[in-house]
Amino acid sequence: MSTHFTKDHEWIRVEGDEAVVGITAYAAEQLGDVVFVELPATGKSFSQGDEMAVVESVKAASEVYAPVSGEIVAVNDALEDAPQTVNEAPAGDGWFVRIKLADKSQLDGLMDEAAYNQHIG
Amino acid sequence: MSDANLHHTPLDALHIELGGRMVPFAGYSMPVQYEGIMAEHNHTRDAAGLFDVSHMGQARYVGDESALEKLITADLTALQPGEQKYTLLPNEQGGILDDLMVSRPDADGVFLVVNAATKEADFARIAKATQGKGTLEILADRALLALQGPKAKDVMARLAPDAAKMVFMQCGHFDLLGTDAIISRSGYTGEDGFEISIPAAEADRIARALLAEAEVKPIGLGARDSLRLEAGLCLYGHDMDETKTPVEATLMWAVAKPRRERKDFPGAETVMAMFADGPQRKRVGFTMAGAPAREGAEIVKDGNTIGVVTSGGFGPTVGGPVGMAYVDTEFAVPGTEIEILVRDKARPATIAKMPFVEQRYYRG
Repeated sequence: MSTHFTKDHEWIRVEGDEAVVGITAYAAEQLGDVVFVELPATGKSFSQGDEMAVVESVKAASEVYAPVSGEIVAVNDALEDAPQTVNEAPAGDGWFVRIKLADKSQLDGLMDEAAYNQHIG
Repeated sequence: MSDANLHHTPLDALHIELGGRMVPFAGYSMPVQYEGIMAEHNHTRDAAGLFDVSHMGQARYVGDESALEKLITADLTALQPGEQKYTLLPNEQGGILDDLMVSRPDADGVFLVVNAATKEADFARIAKATQGKGTLEILADRALLALQGPKAKDVMARLAPDAAKMVFMQCGHFDLLGTDAIISRSGYTGEDGFEISIPAAEADRIARALLAEAEVKPIGLGARDSLRLEAGLCLYGHDMDETKTPVEATLMWAVAKPRRERKDFPGAETVMAMFADGPQRKRVGFTMAGAPAREGAEIVKDGNTIGVVTSGGFGPTVGGPVGMAYVDTEFAVPGTEIEILVRDKARPATIAKMPFVEQRYYRG
């Protein structure tokens, strides 16, 4: 199990052929209070970099991009009633989607935690 | 505008010390939030919030008041000492150049508070039109604080007891912690509260003293926006501008009756004709579920575009998305079902009466 990060502040935790995706604590803090999360439908496929979800804070809407290509196999429905979970536990219960990896080699282009921490400096 | 060119209010150092997230706003570096918009919003509704609104324009006009009155929609002859009025600065087409407060805190003419983004144009317009008849003194060396919320009166009762005796839209000079302050009982949150004009040099000391009161927390522009939106109060440049008349903006209550009758404000013929005939579009409120519709979102009904959102966001007190929009008048009735395009998807919304949250002004 390994966790990777994108420059757009998503984390992706690899579990076998699948991965769980969410936004980082830094991103959640920058967004402020999350009031709504629009998640994709299960079964939908995305290419790396596609707009995959939208996070609405009190002030603004922000896009979340697919960190890797793949098919959505599950979404975190609990966020519908409790969007604030994204602020409370961004790396845990505030996950967004579970994705079936189409191309594992894409992970090599992402950052590890040390590199991400340097990125947000 | 790059950060280097931004203006700073007299409370800049305090904002940074308090952990304010500073953003450019109307040419100023301003705190959008401290601990978080939701918490700040709720604190203002429950207790008292302190806002720095020193970016707004303050001025005093002394002289022939009929020359000033011609530019605005208030009845200045009826403005008594100790009173404040909300008024508009229309252009010759009846569009709204700005909304502002005019008050008479003392015997020395009138005191004006205008929006930050429009202050230079406003003051230039007023100075030009009143040349030789009066003097407009721009009070750039004054700060403006707003103390808002149901417990603002308790704080004021301890620090300036006489100011706490005022009712909504009264104003005057009061000794506040040893400083001569111009205080009005008004604000932009829908809550009871005060706006406090003080010399810039005193602002840091007085803001710290207010924040030292148990009920008071600092509040940023983010919560100021969500509070005013829930209260149904217009944001200049968004919910009204020079392309909209007071009739369309449903602000005719800010056009004094004698001024309507005399039709002697800029654009009066256009405005009064539209008032008589009814506008084709008007400002309304709306509520919806799910993703909030933001400014610029298109409003549709049965496949036709019927309007556009001018302010929209999540209302923390309402507990859901709220907004303001301009729609064709036939769809402006509260309860009308509409659809708003959010990210190209039509989402159901309902025209709603404003304010979304009951205004709690103190009227005695």
